[in-house]
Amino acid sequence: MSQTISFHYDVPGDDFTRAGEASSSVKKALKQVGLAPEIIRNVAIAMYEGEINMVIHAGGGQIDVEIGPDAVRMVLKDQGPGIKDISLAMQEGWSTAPDDVRSLGFGAGMGLPNMKKYTDEMDVESTVGVGTTVTMTVRTHPREEAGA
Amino acid sequence: MTIQDIKEILQATILWADEKMLGCEVHTACGSDMMSDVLAFVKDQAVLLTGLVNPQVIRTAEMMDIVCIVFVRGKNPDPAMIDLARERGIALLSCDYRMFTACGLLYENGLRGGCESR
Repeated sequence: MSQTISFHYDVPGDDFTRAGEASSSVKKALKQVGLAPEIIRNVAIAMYEGEINMVIHAGGGQIDVEIGPDAVRMVLKDQGPGIKDISLAMQEGWSTAPDDVRSLGFGAGMGLPNMKKYTDEMDVESTVGVGTTVTMTVRTHPREEAGA
Repeated sequence: MTIQDIKEILQATILWADEKMLGCEVHTACGSDMMSDVLAFVKDQAVLLTGLVNPQVIRTAEMMDIVCIVFVRGKNPDPAMIDLARERGIALLSCDYRMFTACGLLYENGLRGGCESR
């Protein structure tokens, strides 16, 4: 694939049931592009964790995805409360999610560490009271042609 | 083990699955009510057993390429969740067993966690 395909999503912050729709849409697009299943899954999991975080912590946000010849790049931007201490937030098990979020199956403090685990590059920029931008890159490898 | 075998072992009700899926071979499973943990620790598991009932269970399964969800403790998803699973091609079963027993029965019959070293 030589061209770059771009997607933009506005993620609503008031409907937990819809969280994940953007990630689902990107996963479908990646399947159509024909990337390896493991690469697709890595992108899907990282983006889904980010999308859930956006809904739980920030009242929604915007996601831009670029599927390029060598990598999938995701930029998740919100105008939420921001993260006071990013290094603390990157620790497994550390969470500020309220109990009602845990009762929904999330908020175990695995979101950001998991996003890092499934991506090749991840950068978090956050300002308290302004918002957070997470940029993630998953490198892709072109699927080998049949019989090659 | 097939999804049909899981149905029989757990005396489960099929909430949604087409004929082709019932014959689908599965080798590994995980059990959790925390989707965070499923996303963090699961790798290549085909079946998810859970007592959590909300649309994010279906979404989590979708992202992880899980092909079958078994709701334990007699939990039943609403029609919107069943529709979502149908659209994604994920089989849905419900059984009355509690999590520990359901996992134990499947393990006893050959299904594994897929990460035996831990």
